[in-house]
Amino acid sequence: MELSPIIISLKTAAAAIILTFMLGLFVARFVVNMKSEKAKMVVDGIMTLPLVLPPTVMGFLLLIVFGVNKPFGRFLLEVLGVRIVFSWTATVIAAVAISFPLMYRSARGAFEQVDKNLLMAGRTLGMSEGRIFWRITMPLALPGVVAGGVLSFARGLGEFGATAMVAGNIANKTRTLPLAIYSEVAAGNMDIAFYYVLVILVISFLVVVLMNYFSQKERKYLR
Amino acid sequence: MGLIVDIRKKLKSYNLEVSFETNGEYLAFLGASGSGKSMTLKCIAGIETPDEGKIILNGKVLFDSENKINLKPQDRNIGYFFQNYALFPHMTVEENIGIGLVCSKEEKKKRVKEILKNFHLEGQGKKHPNQLSGGEQQRIALARCLIYKPDVLMLDEPFSALDVHLKEKLQNEVLEILKTYNGEVLMVTHSRDEAYKFCKNLVILDQCKSVMTGNTKEIFKQPKRLITARLTGCKNISKCEIVSKDMVRATDWGIDLETDMEVPLNITHIGVRAHNFVLVNDLDNKNTLRYKIKKIYEDMFEYNVMAVKDSEEEYSEITYNVKKQEWDLRDDQKNLYLKIPEEEILFLNE
Repeated sequence: MELSPIIISLKTAAAAIILTFMLGLFVARFVVNMKSEKAKMVVDGIMTLPLVLPPTVMGFLLLIVFGVNKPFGRFLLEVLGVRIVFSWTATVIAAVAISFPLMYRSARGAFEQVDKNLLMAGRTLGMSEGRIFWRITMPLALPGVVAGGVLSFARGLGEFGATAMVAGNIANKTRTLPLAIYSEVAAGNMDIAFYYVLVILVISFLVVVLMNYFSQKERKYLR
Repeated sequence: MGLIVDIRKKLKSYNLEVSFETNGEYLAFLGASGSGKSMTLKCIAGIETPDEGKIILNGKVLFDSENKINLKPQDRNIGYFFQNYALFPHMTVEENIGIGLVCSKEEKKKRVKEILKNFHLEGQGKKHPNQLSGGEQQRIALARCLIYKPDVLMLDEPFSALDVHLKEKLQNEVLEILKTYNGEVLMVTHSRDEAYKFCKNLVILDQCKSVMTGNTKEIFKQPKRLITARLTGCKNISKCEIVSKDMVRATDWGIDLETDMEVPLNITHIGVRAHNFVLVNDLDNKNTLRYKIKKIYEDMFEYNVMAVKDSEEEYSEITYNVKKQEWDLRDDQKNLYLKIPEEEILFLNE
């Protein structure tokens, strides 16, 4: 059994969750604060789209953006000398693109659950908007935000379709656990596939339990 | 000096139109629910933005639609006491009170400690709000407003979240605490008792418009408008016709009433407070009728007697509040004669 899919998967999921987490929070806060209801619906629709599209469609769209024959991809390659497709970076981009809506929607729901009176109280007490966000909104929305993070991490770890399209299935480079499982099964190596499945099960389960534990601990004051 | 407010704002159901001035005395907003009381406070605090008008506090312009001035709530120095207290559940009492203070850590600690002592909250600083009683939570919310020395303190239904038996005690406590504060106090309430007890001046709101402003006691004595009479607790209101310059006919009750002053020509209704009927023994009194008793509701110390003129024709019920002892010991247990004293007649227009 190769260890490289495990390492690549963990690296990808870790990098992806950091990006997804920050991006999700940022966009959720932006959408929650939007004044126009119509604009809010449109932006929300676009941000949620990756959740309902087949991952292969997302992969296709990512290829259109990052493909070396496409304007942006060519720009990256010729000006910055960076080739995204079929690189490790592509596995991260695919995982972020697919897991982002889960983070964004959970965070948005959690932010909207926070009692508006508390935010108003913060304002009349002279707190700046930034301070209100970090001292009131975030702590109170934390369980929802953490739950979103858990979901996104698990989704990023399990990403297959979009990854296969933009990153390919290159051993030791872009072959993540889900791709490795697919390849081993395709090659008839059920035993090895079984070990990979076990690894993914254990990691996913551990993460969920840990996150639950921390979010419970944080909120004792509400009981 | 004081607060000058003159604002208009389009709302879903009504248009808010409020204008009043304060003169350093406590001011109450009295109105039914949905009459725009809280919205007015929110506009003053800067949480909501009026469409047009002016808000000027001690000479400082907080909002002026013509000159496009609209200070952020953070820059208005207004204390807002929320109906449900809006304490931050994840912070300790100390953190709640000190969250917006801009000063050194030691200074903050000192000031929070001092205010906890003044508000009888010593030893509670490390607890979370949900570990405290309703009264304590209320004091924390008040302390959190007052530690910033706001120019205006606005109380939004401050006692509505409390149990009845606590209410009176806490009202007195809050009155004591407020004595140490020398700024303007605005209070929103739907309780006429609170308005009467706390505030020298009154703004009556009806359907989002300020329909009357003035001295609380005078308004209670002479409500002048139908809606004001209702809001100040007048239970008996009848349509009326002017018979002569010192007589009005209460058409709903079937009685011509002599008055002790000239009847204002613009009145459409008259009112009599339920306590102001006088129990008499016969019809040999001015403004007296024989009534049939319809129903009697029993309160702790009073009876609410619902009665109607004893006649062939159909008239509206009146409500008469009477002390139990007076009612139980009345001479004539069979007949009910009630007199409406001339000086207790309220002249009202719509």
